[in-house]
Amino acid sequence: MKQAETRETGILDKFSLQDRVAIVTGGGKGIGKGIAQAFAQDGARVAIAEVDSDAGNAALEEIRGMGGKALFVQTDVLDSNQVDELVAKSMAEFGKIDILVNNVGGTRGTLRRPILGIDGETWDMIIDLNLRTTFLCCKAVTKIMMEQKRGNIINITSGAGLRPYPGQLPYGAAKAGVINFTLSLAVQLSSYNIRVNVIAPGSIATPGMTYLGDTDERARKRGVSLGRAGRPEDIAMAAIYLASDASAYVTGFVLPVNGGPNLGGKMLEEAQDAWEATKSI
Amino acid sequence: MKQAETRETGILDKFSLQDRVAIVTGGGNGIGKSISIAFAQVGARVVVAEMDTAAGNATAEEIRALGGEAMPLAIDVLDSNQVDELVAKSMAEFGKIDILVNNVGGTRKSRRCPIIEMKEEVWDLILTLNLKSNFLCTRAVARVMIEQKSGNIINIASNAGLRPYPSQPPYGAAKAALINFTQSMAVQLAPYNIRVNAIAPGTVVTASADYLGDRDERARKRGTLMRRAGRVEDITPAAIYLASDASNYVTGVTIETTGGPPFSGFTLEEAEREWKMHMKSLK
Repeated sequence: MKQAETRETGILDKFSLQDRVAIVTGGGKGIGKGIAQAFAQDGARVAIAEVDSDAGNAALEEIRGMGGKALFVQTDVLDSNQVDELVAKSMAEFGKIDILVNNVGGTRGTLRRPILGIDGETWDMIIDLNLRTTFLCCKAVTKIMMEQKRGNIINITSGAGLRPYPGQLPYGAAKAGVINFTLSLAVQLSSYNIRVNVIAPGSIATPGMTYLGDTDERARKRGVSLGRAGRPEDIAMAAIYLASDASAYVTGFVLPVNGGPNLGGKMLEEAQDAWEATKSI
Repeated sequence: MKQAETRETGILDKFSLQDRVAIVTGGGNGIGKSISIAFAQVGARVVVAEMDTAAGNATAEEIRALGGEAMPLAIDVLDSNQVDELVAKSMAEFGKIDILVNNVGGTRKSRRCPIIEMKEEVWDLILTLNLKSNFLCTRAVARVMIEQKSGNIINIASNAGLRPYPSQPPYGAAKAALINFTQSMAVQLAPYNIRVNAIAPGTVVTASADYLGDRDERARKRGTLMRRAGRVEDITPAAIYLASDASNYVTGVTIETTGGPPFSGFTLEEAEREWKMHMKSLK
C-alpha cells in the first residue's frame, strides 16, 4: 500500500484538526508552544494565550511562517477578566472554540523545601498557577461549548500529580487537583458533547527545564524506563490524539506521557541486574 | 493551511505505520479484525493470527482488496508450539516483527454466577484465554524484538480490569493482571527500545456481542458518559497512536477507550438534574 493510497483511504483523517479552533494557554513556550505548532500543522486555527508578549508574538510568527492561522492574545490566566477577554477575542476572530488546552502551570522555580520551609504565599501561588487557572479557563469556555453542544478540553497535569512528589509539595497537590477536576468536569459536561481529558507529562526537555541540567541524564537517574527525557513533540502528539476524532470515545482519562512506569532508580537497576543474571546462565 | 499543505508538513506522518510488520492475534473478528485492517490502511504488513481459518482468510482478503499486504495464519495462541510457529513464519515471510497486538481474549460467553457456583474449569479457561495467551505471545515475540533492539507491543485489556467486575470476576481478574503484566513488561523491555502498552475498551459493539442485546441502551443504563456503546472504530485509532512514532515517549500506559469513567456517589441523572436546575435559575 503506497503512501498516496493510504491517504485516500483516509484513516489518518481521524487525527486531523482541519478547521478546528483551539486556545492554547501558555502557548508561547515549551510544551504549550509545541502543542500550538502541532495543532496548526494539523490544520487548526490557534489562539495563543501567553503572558510574555515577546514569546507569544514569536510563537505567532512561527506558525504564520509555516502557513498556519493563529492569533496571539496577551493573557494572564490568573485574572478572570483577562480570561474572559481571551475567549471574547478568540470568538471574534474565529467564531467558535472547539478545543481548549490548559497548559499554564509550573513551579516558578520555587525551591525544594520540607513542609516547614513552605510559606503560605508560595503555597497559594503554586496552587493558583496550576489549579485556579485551569478552573477559570474551563469555566470561561464552557459557556460557549455548551451552546455549541460540542467541545474538547485538554488539561496538562504532571507525573507529580499521580504519585507522591516530596520535592515540591504544593506542585504535586495542585497537579493531583487538576486530575480530579478533569474527571469531575468530564462527568458534568458529558451531556453537552464536551470531552475533558488530561495529559500527565513526565520529564520533558524544554528550555524552561535547562536550569535543572541534562534532562536526559536526570530522567535516567530518576528511573524513567525509556532512559531519557521526553520532548515537547511527544506531548503534542498525545494532544492531537485527544483533541481529534481519533479519541471520540475517550473522556475523563489521564494519559501519561512519561517514558514508562516510574519505579525509582533502584527498581530499574534490579530489573537490569535480572537481565544480566540471565545472560550469564 | 490547506489540506494538501498540511500533509506536506507531514505531522500526521508520525501516525504512519508504513513498512512496519504487525502480528495481530485474533485478527479474524471484531476488534482484532478492525485493527488489522486499520494497520494495513496506514501502511503496515499484517500477520493475521486467527484460529478460525475462514475468518482469518477473510480479513487477509479484505486487506489485499484495499491494496495492502497480509498473511493469515491459523494459530491457537494457547499452544506455545503454535505461537513459536507464528513467530517463525512471520519472520520467514517479512524478516522482522515491529508490532504485536495481543487481542485474543474474552469470556467465551461463560455464565454470570456467584462465586460459590463458579466452576474451576471456567476460572482456568478464562485466565488462560486472557492472560496466558498474552504471556506466550509476548515471550515469543520479545525474543525477536530484543535482537532487533526495537519493538512495540499492544495488549487489549478491558474496562473490566480497571475496576470491580462482579458479573464476571475471572474475566475482570485476568484483565487486571494483564494491565499489571503490561506495566512490568514495559519496564523489563525498555532497555531494548521496546514499548509495551494496553488499551482498555469499554462496551464495544461487535458481532460476537450481539447476544447481549442493544449495547447502546445498555451503555447508557450503566452510566457511560458518552451515552453510547463504543464501536471498533473507537479502538483502532488508539492502537494506531500506540503503535506509531506518535507515542514514542509512551510506555506502560493503558488507554481507556471506555466512553468515560464511572464515578462515585453521583449518578448521571443527578448531574443532569443539577444542570437543569442551574439553567432554570438563570432564566
